[in-house]
Amino acid sequence: MTRFLALAAALLFAPLNAFADDSVTDFKLDNGMEVVVIEDHRAPVAVHMAWYRSGSADETPGVSGVAHFLEHLLFKGTDTLEPGEFSATVARNGGNDNAFTSYDYTAYYQRVAADRLELMMKMESDRMVNLRLDEGDIETERNVILEERNQRVDNNPSALFREQKGAVQYLNHRYGVPIIGWRHEMESLSLDDALSYYGTYYSPNNAILIVAGDVTPDEVKTLAEKYYGVIPANPDLPERIRAIEPPQTAERRMIFRDPRVAQPWVNRSYLAPARDSGAQEKAAALVLLSEILGGGQTSLLNERLQFDKQMVVYAGAGYGAGALDDTTFDLYVVPKPGVSLQEAEDAMDAVIAEFLENGVDEEQLARIKMQLKASQIYARDDVESIANRYGRALTQGLTVADVQAWPDVLQAVTVDDIMAAARDLFNRDRSVTGWLMADAAQPVEVSQ
Amino acid sequence: MIRLVITLWATLIALPAMAEIEIKQVTSPGGINAWLVEDHTIPFTALELRFRGGGSLDAPGKRGATNLMVGLLEEGAADMDARAFAKRSEELAASFGYGSSDDAVSVSAKFLTENRDQAIAHLRASLIEPRFDADAVERVRAQVLSGLRQDVTDPQSIASRAFDKLVFGTHPYGASQDGTIDSVTALTRDDIVAAHHGALARDRLYVGAVGDITAEQLGKLLDTLLLDLPETGAPMPPAADPVFPGGTHVTDFDTPQSVVVFGQPGVDMTDPDFFPAYVLNQILGGGSFESRLMQEVREKRGLTYGIYTYLADRDLADFWAGSVASGNESVAEAIKVIRAEWQRARDGVTEAELNDAKTYMTGAYPLRFDGNGPIANILVSMQMMGLTPDYVSNRNAMIEAVTMADITRVAQRLLDPAQLTFVVVGKPQGLGPT
Repeated sequence: MTRFLALAAALLFAPLNAFADDSVTDFKLDNGMEVVVIEDHRAPVAVHMAWYRSGSADETPGVSGVAHFLEHLLFKGTDTLEPGEFSATVARNGGNDNAFTSYDYTAYYQRVAADRLELMMKMESDRMVNLRLDEGDIETERNVILEERNQRVDNNPSALFREQKGAVQYLNHRYGVPIIGWRHEMESLSLDDALSYYGTYYSPNNAILIVAGDVTPDEVKTLAEKYYGVIPANPDLPERIRAIEPPQTAERRMIFRDPRVAQPWVNRSYLAPARDSGAQEKAAALVLLSEILGGGQTSLLNERLQFDKQMVVYAGAGYGAGALDDTTFDLYVVPKPGVSLQEAEDAMDAVIAEFLENGVDEEQLARIKMQLKASQIYARDDVESIANRYGRALTQGLTVADVQAWPDVLQAVTVDDIMAAARDLFNRDRSVTGWLMADAAQPVEVSQ
Repeated sequence: MIRLVITLWATLIALPAMAEIEIKQVTSPGGINAWLVEDHTIPFTALELRFRGGGSLDAPGKRGATNLMVGLLEEGAADMDARAFAKRSEELAASFGYGSSDDAVSVSAKFLTENRDQAIAHLRASLIEPRFDADAVERVRAQVLSGLRQDVTDPQSIASRAFDKLVFGTHPYGASQDGTIDSVTALTRDDIVAAHHGALARDRLYVGAVGDITAEQLGKLLDTLLLDLPETGAPMPPAADPVFPGGTHVTDFDTPQSVVVFGQPGVDMTDPDFFPAYVLNQILGGGSFESRLMQEVREKRGLTYGIYTYLADRDLADFWAGSVASGNESVAEAIKVIRAEWQRARDGVTEAELNDAKTYMTGAYPLRFDGNGPIANILVSMQMMGLTPDYVSNRNAMIEAVTMADITRVAQRLLDPAQLTFVVVGKPQGLGPT
């Protein structure tokens, strides 16, 4: 969920690690705020970001969407800034700004000429603790987030399907509640709800400052101490303990029907561990497994279902390696007309069974590892994506060292690691299968 | 034999708040022109190719042929079938993107320095020797048809298509370059081969390259990659004659939020009033939070998540368009506010609005030049617009030169509430179909 839509898509793809380590410097301020500086001196541009270790999964039950709502409200006034003045000031300095909320984090950023960095720090540190809201802000902005929900979710049956499926996936963990919130709870979000979340989580000891671009660690440190370093730590910051999932012992299935669905598909998800600090090996094996099964045209699901059997339009796999708590490993199949969802699902399961029987194609694994290596080089072209990578990692329980070790951890994954991870993972008792389809039992024929 | 291998002009460009970038104009030994920015920091090159024409070159009755053809370029070439081609791409760790739009076929390539020659040989095969195998055609056709079926029930697609049809009629711009379910179903391999010969020709080619490559290396590379393309392609279609009837046109569709596309006549980039109009658009609805429409429709009234307008400077038509989405119960009010703002903008803007827009636009411009990929894109777009390299250093001065009088004159000349036409898809309340 971003404050507005322009840059949202870029965040869906978590590129793999990248930068020569000497371009990254990290340190901590006395009040506990972490700072990461990523140098790229090719253009005199800086990206300034404040990340908070709190997202929608840290909300209190009953106020779903408040983390994202507060993100919008942070663009209202402070003691020294009028409502809207923050973005207006960024714009008057030729910069762009935005913000985004996810399950595990909320982040604010500006892209500006590097010589405007100090002004950004001054304003961002100000709204960390000096926000001023009134009832008028609440009502109008609540309508904006309801329209955002309309646009992202309610107008899109695939998004509604994903939302319902998430709720089926997580019985107890807040990953089962949409980031943007359930509509009925969003409608009654109040000023107190927003301020309560703000007071609990917005403090320097719960934040990470990331500055990337044409900057030096020394100048960032001097400015960070001046603006962020003077904010006292919040001694009452709660420990980040969330309700965790109970063991899943029964397969779950769901069907989502909507007359707007023109292309039905199947999504199967399995609960899976995410990257853990100092122990990323299992997650690395799952990343490679998802590439092998559904990473592209040469992946096993596409080889078998798109090319050999010609049953699907597309097949894929996805694994959310970055998450604070347990995540999911997903399989997708999009059948061709005339192929039922049951047939598509059965064919998908046959491919998984075949894989568990026959194992990994070593040549394919070598190609995937070569691409992962190359992606480190290409990623250096986009310092903002590198900044995002550190921001996500550090709000999801990882360290700078974990981020920097990750490419080597990926390269070190063996065939045995992948097979062990696959055998652990593919247990139907720990899965959710969702069908997205039109109203009728079979996809409707639509003509223009 | 002594021969001039590369002809080369270099323009040093000083951007405000930005390191100098040096755009070199390169002509390969075989006569292919390109713009190059050398930067040896990262060992890869971003190469951007554009072929003018794109989907608008589709022959009558063959709508979607160019789009399907482009989708097949990476599905088998030379001695490789689709799977062999994909495996080779993975081995090289090169990234090739192929796309088609109303105005151009685009090829976006990134390749490592360490295996540049092999990567270029591979890219060459896809451009010069695509196979269009029968099984690949059917597979990709099924993917295109799947997308077209989804468009039929997607309010955003329904709105764009309804707007294009209303405004551009039977001109190629009046129908999606993806084609229709019927037209794509009927396309034959011969149609696809014809689309390939028509669209990928050297007489409509533009090249931008940025990264770890010298002018001489680029020249050789371009000859290898492109010299075997046909010299000429299909004739360009005529310019469109857009018609904006005004009013609000509703397409009934059962969804909670109405999607709105609106527009009126625009202005060509060569028109002396273009820059004032560009600044005026920024103030009216240019996508930032400070625009009048964002302030009035979102910030003050909470009627939408986002609203923006843009000057569409397309090859075959100019228009001024925008987009908004609002709940069925509030969309009528959103449209009322937009109409009122359109009218109000005819009176001009305040000095503060003009100054703020200028500082934003001039400050944000250099921030676009922040990586090999983005710069390669800019280089090729500039060539397609007929600009010279010094545009990069002059552009901000043209923004700065816009006066209050310019804005008022242009607002009076161009903003036309009577022609401002709205297309709405949804179940809007208080808006009857017209």
